[in-house]
Amino acid sequence: MDIDRPSQLTVTRALKLAAIGTLAGVFSGLFGVGGGSVIVPLLVLWLGYGPREATGTSLAAIVFIAALAAAVQGAYGNVHVLDATLMGVPAVGGVLIGTWLQQRLPTRAISLLFAAVLVLSAIELLAQ
Amino acid sequence: MIGAIAIGLCAGIVAGLLGVGGGVLFVPGLVIFLGLGQHQAEATSLLAIVPVAIVGTFKQDGYGNVRRKDALLLGLLSIVGAAAGVALANTLSSAALRDGFALLMVFVAIQLVREAIGRPQAQEPPQTSP
Repeated sequence: MDIDRPSQLTVTRALKLAAIGTLAGVFSGLFGVGGGSVIVPLLVLWLGYGPREATGTSLAAIVFIAALAAAVQGAYGNVHVLDATLMGVPAVGGVLIGTWLQQRLPTRAISLLFAAVLVLSAIELLAQ
Repeated sequence: MIGAIAIGLCAGIVAGLLGVGGGVLFVPGLVIFLGLGQHQAEATSLLAIVPVAIVGTFKQDGYGNVRRKDALLLGLLSIVGAAAGVALANTLSSAALRDGFALLMVFVAIQLVREAIGRPQAQEPPQTSP
């Protein structure tokens, strides 16, 4: 299993990482999201990662991927830096609150409710 | 200004609570509530994701979940894809990109429902993180 020898960078392993990174980069650049839903399953499937390490490693990768994609978008003049800051900084607080709440709320019911919110928002976007 | 702060706070809470990635929430928030164009919303979302991912990484690293070399390689090796993805987005019309994003949101919703149905209460957090 690749994950037992973390320092060994075989050609195969490097190619897999390149493929995952590239796919995640395209997804991130195209949609303005982190790319985690590409990275996590592929780390598990192709590199034998456990789900927790996949999520943690994915987050770390996303720091670079999102920053790179943002920089390229910046070259197109599309980034609203003030809005990004006003959104990103409170979001950090929000995530800390959210993870704290996770142990205290019925996340299954909330997930279903939120899925409905997502679909409604998608409809709203389609109507724009 | 309040709008952006509110979007950030709410998106963050949902991300932490349900494991849904922030970008999926930032983008429609910016479009629907702040009236940004789809391209600007996506670009702005990318920048906003960075601090969230940094803090999340530190937390996860504390649990020993971060394989740093692999993360670095993934990040560096993403540059071609990221540039291509952004270039592709900028060739699409606002309407086309927005419709594509709406489709993404529906996929995320389906994934949320599948995970919610598939797991019993008070279990590990879901793994979706777009």
